[in-house]
Amino acid sequence: MTATAPAAPRALPPLGPNRRLKLPKQAERTLGNGLTVIAVRRPAVPLVEVRLWMPFGRAHLARGAMLAQTLLSGTRTMSSVQIAAELQKVGGGLSAGIDPDRLMLSGAGLVTGLDRMLEILAEVLTDASYPNDDVATERDRLVDRIHVARSQPAHLARTALLRRVYGTHPYAVQTPEPEAVRAVRPGVLRTLHAQRVHPADAVLVLVGDVQPDRALDAAEKALSGWNGAGHTAELPPAPPLEPGPLLLVDRPGSVQSSLRMALPAVPRTHPDHAALQLANLIFGGYFSSRWVENIREDKGYTYGPHSLVEHSVAGSVLVAAAEVATEVTGPALLETTYELGRLATLPPREEELEQARQYALGTLQLGMSTQAGLASLTSAYAGSGLRLEFLAEHAARLAQATVTDVAEAAARYLAPARAVTVVLGDAERIGPQLAALAPVTTEPARP
Amino acid sequence: MAARRSRIPATKYPVERFTLDNGLRVVLTPDRSAPVIGVAVVYDVGIRSEPEGRTGFAHLFEHLMFQGSENLEKLAHFRHVQGAGGTFNGSTHLDYTDYFETLPSNALERALFLEADRMRGPRLTEENLRNQVDVVKEEIRVNVLNRPYGGFPWLTLPPVMFDTFPNAHDGYGSFVDLESATVSDAADFFRRYYASGNAVLAVSGDIDVAEATTLIERHFGDVPARPAPERPDFTEPDLTGERRTSYTDELAPLPAVAGAWRVPDPITDFAAYLPYVVLAEVLTDGDASRLVERLVQRDRAVTSLGGYVGFMGDPFDVRDPTALLLQAHLPPGGDVDKVLRTIDEELDRLATDGVAEGELARTQARMATHLLRDTDAVLGRALQMAVLEQQRGEPGLLNDLPRLVGEVTDEQVRAAAATLRPERRASIEVIPGGGR
Repeated sequence: MTATAPAAPRALPPLGPNRRLKLPKQAERTLGNGLTVIAVRRPAVPLVEVRLWMPFGRAHLARGAMLAQTLLSGTRTMSSVQIAAELQKVGGGLSAGIDPDRLMLSGAGLVTGLDRMLEILAEVLTDASYPNDDVATERDRLVDRIHVARSQPAHLARTALLRRVYGTHPYAVQTPEPEAVRAVRPGVLRTLHAQRVHPADAVLVLVGDVQPDRALDAAEKALSGWNGAGHTAELPPAPPLEPGPLLLVDRPGSVQSSLRMALPAVPRTHPDHAALQLANLIFGGYFSSRWVENIREDKGYTYGPHSLVEHSVAGSVLVAAAEVATEVTGPALLETTYELGRLATLPPREEELEQARQYALGTLQLGMSTQAGLASLTSAYAGSGLRLEFLAEHAARLAQATVTDVAEAAARYLAPARAVTVVLGDAERIGPQLAALAPVTTEPARP
Repeated sequence: MAARRSRIPATKYPVERFTLDNGLRVVLTPDRSAPVIGVAVVYDVGIRSEPEGRTGFAHLFEHLMFQGSENLEKLAHFRHVQGAGGTFNGSTHLDYTDYFETLPSNALERALFLEADRMRGPRLTEENLRNQVDVVKEEIRVNVLNRPYGGFPWLTLPPVMFDTFPNAHDGYGSFVDLESATVSDAADFFRRYYASGNAVLAVSGDIDVAEATTLIERHFGDVPARPAPERPDFTEPDLTGERRTSYTDELAPLPAVAGAWRVPDPITDFAAYLPYVVLAEVLTDGDASRLVERLVQRDRAVTSLGGYVGFMGDPFDVRDPTALLLQAHLPPGGDVDKVLRTIDEELDRLATDGVAEGELARTQARMATHLLRDTDAVLGRALQMAVLEQQRGEPGLLNDLPRLVGEVTDEQVRAAAATLRPERRASIEVIPGGGR
């Protein structure tokens, strides 16, 4: 039934003409110490966003994690509380994070406090002291956080997938063992800082209500004293995916199963990238995709299935993820394989491609329309050696990709025969369903 | 160190308001700095209004609003928004339900058409209802049942603090209630609460006001007029004695605790309410805040700590009754009693000695950054203005919030802290089941 009886159908209004992708005003400078600074103007609110990307490949896992956890814990002249308070005075804040590619300092604050934020940033970079008490406190906190992460099904599924996909590559394990964290002492952190926290190959991005040249001057003034010859470490290329039996990870008592599939992908600069991005959207990369319409909107197996091309320095991979009801785990895998296979062997419909294309182009505009979005985008691109100009090239490739291009990309990258599949759930209940569809290897959930 | 005070900046987003003949209130806030728009429709109904025996219904109904409408098949809404380059969602709160999209500005008319169509009438079918009950059950499993600390504290603390069904029940809903929901329940809910007179439409971003007004009249003008239902009084008396409870979370590896105190009415007594919003930040915003410094860094009694006003962290879009909440995770074997005692001690100290020099000013500067950052996205602006219009008739308050936060005084923060007494506190402890 409908709540009101339909009158004559109303027609969907057409879209107005597309607005051209307009890049914001920006400037770039490489300082004498090797630090690249990129400043982008978006004056919408009186704030500035800060992102400092430092290459950190092949660092010791536990020490790297502890370094990120304690980088802002003090300098010779400031305690952790003083650092936080001084940043707060100008409406600012900084936080540090790490992954197998990079160490990242991120923050935002009132634009009137830019100089002060940069000064504090410089002090932390050149003079972080890793005080004993703070390191001890943060060590315990990090260990607790790891324990909490290990109780999350999404984390356990991700851990199993990474291990299965990357084998012996440094990307295979990304969360340190609690025992290894407990062994980290302040001296080791100071050494690691001296070796790896240096400006060569690092990129600082400043986005906001700033004149780009003035922002570059401010960064140069604050950060040109940051030095320390250290080293960088090249990551080996990620290994190709090796399909094999489905890995069933047993988590007894789970009321849901975590389904993960890894498929091959290419870096942003590869000629297939735009077509692969469109193929991924059509498969499962947005809500109006075949996968979501099938296993959520038609069958009600799951709440939020999604697939995404993940780019890392050593390689790219496409990951599809869904949390599905235990009793329909087999059927959900069947439908997933069906949708991948259908796209890999039959071309998409023209209107499906147009819809995905508009989405890809529109979300580029949306991503650039906030200071925080622009900062994250600029920084992620800079981490792959790209600049914002690449957005315009990429938009042109998205605009030009044909049904044939997308079909070829789907055949090349989305074929289910290429997938590495991991399912975390109650093995006793889901094992037989999965075994009916694929050879299965079972192992207990490990942290 | 001299307490040099950062000047608190403000935004000057223009605000145009009007009401259509059918009672729909409209807020427009143009900004042509990027070719994108935000569109929000907010209905004045939330979790507190759902009937007894129908826990989770407001949220289930939110899902049904995406399942087709008068001129749109199931799936069409998603395809038309995303096929125009946009993204969409909806969310259910204690006091309102919102539907929104953000898109390139050439899709303005399309977005208005889509929202108007479902305001006229969603397609409420048995098949869609059963499908979305299944989807919502998976949503509850992923967010609550299959993960540690699921629903803590927003679902687990209200039943300790409140006694009446509207304030105390589980807003995600029980599976029994969800499964017994009927199409006729949904039709009744729509008729009663999804009236044009009970809704606000806000459009922000790259629009021309005259053109947008014409388009809004074209698409919403003939939505049948229905008046807003009377909103019941959800008031409950304040606590007169401490309330405390605990439960075992089989999946949780570590203890956790949350405590809350009632605060003044956010709508009718905003001046008295605002100091509590600031107090929550003085206590918990970052390493230089009172409770983080004391409990995390000095005592090592907790490993993480957060605090905010409103059960969903929404201080400027919630009505009375609401609360200031503090929540903390503890290390293995941590002592919850001691944590609560220390919080009381720090609140006493703040009430007695007041804030330190510069402490309030720096907290206010950082709150300004958070407020400005949230409104930088056109959609954030549309959503907040829609709710401010609905609950206060004052969407332009968004521009004033950083300044008003900045005007809260030491004395007001101190007085607010003095009211957070143990005998007015409701708290809940998570006992770890050891993890699986």
